[in-house]
Order: sequence, then C-alpha cells, then structure tokens
Amino acid sequence: MTLTGAQILWEALVREGVTDVFGYPGGAILPAYDAMLGYPIRHILVRHEQGATHMADGYARASGKVGVAIATSGPGATNMVTGIATAMMDSSPIVCITGQVGSKLIGSDAFQETDITGITLPITKHNYLVTRADDVAPAVREAFAVARSGRPGPVLVDITKDAQQGTCENVDWDAAEPHLTETYDDALPGDGTAAEAIEFINQAERPLILAGHGVMLSGAEREIAALAERGHMPIAVTLLGIGGVAASHPLNLGMMGMHGEAWVNHAIQEADLLIALGMRFDDRVTGNLKTYAPTARKIHVDIDRAELNKNVRVDVAIAKDLRTALQEWIPAVAQRDRGAWLARIDAIKGDAAVRDIQNLPDNGHLYAAHVINDLWRLTSGNAVVVSDVGQHQMWEAQYYKHDRSRSLITSGGLGTMGFALPAAIGAKVARPDAEVWVVVGDGGFQMTMAELATIAQENLDVNIAIINNGYLGMVRQWQEFFYEKRYAATPLLNPNFAKLAEAFGIRAATVTKRSDVAGAVEAARCQNRAALIDFQVEQEDSVYPMVPAGADLHKMIRRPSPIVETAAD
Amino acid sequence: MVHTFAVYVENKPGVLNRVASLFRRRAFNIESLTVGHTETPGVSRMTVVVDTDEYGARRLEAHLYKLVPVRRVEDITTAPSISRDLALIKVAATGEARTQVMQLVDVYRARIVDVSPESLVIETTGTEDKIDSLLEVLRPYGVIEMVRTGRVAMARGNVPSRRAQMRVRSGSDGRGDVSDCSV
Repeated sequence: MTLTGAQILWEALVREGVTDVFGYPGGAILPAYDAMLGYPIRHILVRHEQGATHMADGYARASGKVGVAIATSGPGATNMVTGIATAMMDSSPIVCITGQVGSKLIGSDAFQETDITGITLPITKHNYLVTRADDVAPAVREAFAVARSGRPGPVLVDITKDAQQGTCENVDWDAAEPHLTETYDDALPGDGTAAEAIEFINQAERPLILAGHGVMLSGAEREIAALAERGHMPIAVTLLGIGGVAASHPLNLGMMGMHGEAWVNHAIQEADLLIALGMRFDDRVTGNLKTYAPTARKIHVDIDRAELNKNVRVDVAIAKDLRTALQEWIPAVAQRDRGAWLARIDAIKGDAAVRDIQNLPDNGHLYAAHVINDLWRLTSGNAVVVSDVGQHQMWEAQYYKHDRSRSLITSGGLGTMGFALPAAIGAKVARPDAEVWVVVGDGGFQMTMAELATIAQENLDVNIAIINNGYLGMVRQWQEFFYEKRYAATPLLNPNFAKLAEAFGIRAATVTKRSDVAGAVEAARCQNRAALIDFQVEQEDSVYPMVPAGADLHKMIRRPSPIVETAAD
Repeated sequence: MVHTFAVYVENKPGVLNRVASLFRRRAFNIESLTVGHTETPGVSRMTVVVDTDEYGARRLEAHLYKLVPVRRVEDITTAPSISRDLALIKVAATGEARTQVMQLVDVYRARIVDVSPESLVIETTGTEDKIDSLLEVLRPYGVIEMVRTGRVAMARGNVPSRRAQMRVRSGSDGRGDVSDCSV
C-alpha cells in the first residue's frame, strides 16, 4: 500500500499508542494536518505552541505516557523551546513534531525556515531532521523509544514538507524497529554495589531516604515505602518527589531544600547516612555543598549515570532503574528499630507547630497558605494539582498534602512561569476522570492565559485558583530579604481576572475573605466545566522557612513566631 | 589530568556537532578532537583529549553514552596505547640555514615534502612531545606556518576496554573487543 509521509506519521503515532496530540497548524505542517483527519486522534488546538509543549508535558506527567506536541516550522517551532527545556530538566517524556520547509530550501533562509534541530540540540535527548517519506516511520519509532527509555525526556522530529508529501510503498514497520545503545543497568568499574549499599544501610544509626521524581518515573512507590518501613527509616522528598511517598505516611518528613521544613533540613545535616533515590542533588535542595550533610555517608541511585558524583561526592554510586535496585535491596535490609533517631527529629521540630500559619486564628487577612490548605481539605486531597512557579508553588508544596503518586505536576528544574495552565490542560486530557486544579500566581497566569480559550473550546473541566498578591511574589520576597525592599519591577497592575474568565465563557469568582474560600471552591467543584477563582491574598506575605541561595542548609530563615505576627498586626 | 577518549559514533550528519555541543554545555575543555572513518562502514571514530579529573571523566563517558549516535566510548587514558599527532611545518630556510634544517629533519626522522626557493615544508608524525620538540628547534629559523592534526590514539595489542570487559561479563556480546562496535 502506498502511503504519504504525512500518513506514515499518523500511522506511526497510532502504533505508539497515541490518542491525543496538542498542536497548532501552519504552512510547513499542513500536509500532516490534512492527513490527520483520517486517523483516530484527538487534536487539541492550542493558542500558542509553548502551550502545546507544556500540555504534552502535563499529559506525560499525569499519565506516564508519552505526550505529543505538533507545530509548524519557524516561529511555531521556536515557540516550543521553553516547553522542551522544561521537559528536559524534569525528565518528562514528550515527542515534538515540527514541520520544516522543503528539503531543497533548507539553508536558504526560506519563509518560516529555522534550524530547529540545531536550536533544540542541547535541550532534547535527541532530535531528527527527516527529509524523505521513507525515513518518517523509523524516526518516529526511535523518537518514542528514546523519549521513554532510561531517564525520560523530550525528543523532536522535524519533518520537511516534501517528506510529508512524498510517498512510500509498503512501509516495513518491523525494519523501523529502533536500535539503541542502552547503557544503564550495566555496572561499570567504579560503580557501587547493592551489597555495599545494604551494608551501609544496616550499619546506619541515623539514616535518611531522599526521594525524588525518579520514584514515580520508575514506578517504585511501593518499594520505597517498603524500604523505609523495613528499616524504620524516615524519608524526605524533593519538590518533584512529592506524591511518590504519601504525605500521610508516618515516616515521610516532608519536603527538603530551600523552602523545606526546618526539621527536614536539620535531619539531613544530622544524618549519618543519606540514601538518595531518583533525585539529583539540585542546588535548591543542597544549599552550600561544602557544609551539606557533613556527617553522612551517601548512597546514590539514579538511572542516569551522569548524575552520579556530579554535585555531591557519594560513597556508593549505582546507575540503575530504581525499582529494580530497591527490589534487590529490600529482602537484605535488616529490620531495625530506629526510634531514637525518629525521636531526635521530633525534638528538632520544637515549636514548629506553633509557628505553623494554619494554627493562627483568622485575623481577617486572606493568606495564600490558608487558601491552599482549605483547597486540600475541600478536595479531600484527591485532586491533581498543577502549580506554576513562585511563592504559591512553595505554599502548595507545603500545605497541600499529596497522598497519591503523580498528583502534583509542577516545573521544578527549569522553574518555568506560565507552565501550570497549559500543563493542567494536558493532565485533564490524560486523566479526564481526575479533578484537576491549577494553582497559579497572578504573574505566571498572565504568561499563558491565552490557553483559557483552549479550555473553553475543548470544554475541559479545569479549575483555576489564582493566588493573586499583586506582585511577582517570590522575586518581591527576595527583594525584601536581600535587596532592602527595593521593589524593582515586581508590582503588577492586573486585569479583573473574573471578568477576563467570563469573556472566555468560564465561570469565575473573586475571593477576598477566608470565610468565602470554601463556598467558592465548592461552587467550582460542583459543576462539570471550568471555573476560575481569583483569590486576592495578603500582598507582602513571604514563604518560610527559607534557606538563602548558597547558604548552609541548616541556616534558614524561620517562620516568624506568632507573638511577632500578632504584634505586627 | 588529561584524559583520552576513543568514541565510536554512527556516521550521520550533525554527529560532530552533538559531541562538540555536549563538551561545551557541560563546560569541559577540549584539548584536541579528531574524527575519521574506522574499519566498519558507517562508523566513525573520534579521539577526544580533555583535561578533567577522574569524576569528570566518568561523567563525560556517561554523557557521551546518552547521545543516541554514540555506539561506544573508551577511556584509553590509562590503557597501554599508541598516540600520534601529525604536523606540517613551513620553515623559512635559505642558504646555510637550509642545510641545518635538513639535518634537523633527519635527526627527528621527519620528511621534507615541499621545497621552494624561500622555504621548506616538513611533515612529521609522532607523539605530541616529539613534535613540540622539533618545533622548538625549528623556531629560530622562522616558522612561517604550521598545522597539526591533533592526537589520534589506539590501545595496544588485544587489551579489552573497560566497557568491552563489562560486555563480555554480561554475556551480551562475547567478543568484547573492537568488533562489537559494528552496528
């Protein structure tokens, strides 16, 4: 049978199990769009190609499947760059398909020509320039294999217009099977062994498990809980590790790092063994490397060997799929009582509960932390929350208690403002039965708010909570702490978000009092369509605790004590 | 410490760019890089010399393996190996000087490959040390132009690489040496 390159593209996508794609048409990708109508694919028309990539990313993170974004050449392709870089930093498997000018025009500065494989080379796991219809199937199949395999990530396939229009007789799908050099799971000299890791674990008096995104990427949620329970060892999670271990698990201490709870960071500094699993010792979780976990031996398991001994020198470095590694360890880990160590961590907590903003009486101010904690209670902790980047992201991480895997989707590594709204659309498309909430700041929302139109056109039930403090809040906080409150370019004059949403046909409410939070959230929940709530919160509120960038992990700015708080009021 | 890697890559457009871009964005400094065909059609071999420590070398090897067109990486720094550099050196040499230069060329077992009234072109192959040394003695006569290929290197005898040893152990290949780079 003779197929065009465009038909082969869709046939290949269907064979990879793709049912939904996020895209925006244009000249160089038109042949592919024309052929799309013949295939069982749902196409979500976005309003900006950056949105398409974040949607594919949100889709991938919510479902574990590969997300697909599609765009035309030139500006369509370059608009994808931020989304691709976001997926790269957070190991999210997406495949981006871009149209390219005809192969004979490449290099001639043709209309809407850009070297997108060159541009995305450092921010993709791999990319392909396809110039013949014959090469479409092998490129697409390999792209999916690369995106999924090992440490997942984005792959871009750039297909020239003539490759889409050209034909190919009898596509040999078996011959298109990818051949990849797999290197993980093979031990190399210098690697640590399971026996060494188990010996260290069994000897440790004050062990601490550091759980990252890899727990979910590897599907090791059960194994990590089993390891912790067997060894009676506490767990600290990274931002992207939230949900990999239930927040309500008694051994889960909570989030570590710059805005982690004080007792978590102190526990890291006092531990005699760190067991780092599927995390990469980002500067936001280590603080000053010279003083990081000074008394701890360190075990590090990551599927990406290049992460081992990168930021932190470790004693046992294992490049392996996390689930496989833990299954091997667990039977050999000694069952021990480490009550003394857990009691020590409890003692470190000290007056933390008193300082907790949730325990403060309602003083008439609307605090973001209250809004998020109420949202957690009202959704029974069952929502998929997609947060943006900034203060609200940290409050979400602190006050929404995620018990389920893949229930928090956020841009961690790249810190991409504008991620949340489109990523939530992707999450909702991937999991239509899930209750999806966007938690977003007033700044980040305005970066990609055009996707409200996508929500309306696709009739998606995505609820949006804008944590509106009239500032680029996290930058303002840094200016308050480190730049003598000189608020350069951080105050925002915002539109009326409720009216804006209504213009898109999305129901909206504005909330300024804590007593109105529950009503607004319930009203949003009880309808089967999108809703937006503009929570106008305390303007100059800050996220605590905070380890200043590059400072020692245990030297954090603590929450103000309630006495100070009352006096200030 | 200077590390030498032999990197086997698929001979496809843009591969050199991918490897060079990796070194740049991960902030490794390339001392030299050479590329050429191998005994296997479709596979090219790069010899890359990098100044980094042991941890850096291991991470670099891991990063190289993450590039899809990279088939195999060998860190041959510590393996017994032969390394060669080739240089063409154009020296100003007339009259008395010309005889002296020709004697030096003999001593270094180099060759004169071009003669013109004002200058000579000398071809020499050897370790970087030898070429540096030749260059030093020629410099007083006036080096007009010079080009060097950078280091190419090969392990001696039938010494299996670290990676090849691993493959033999895991039984996935069984041959273990250069032949397992065939695609």
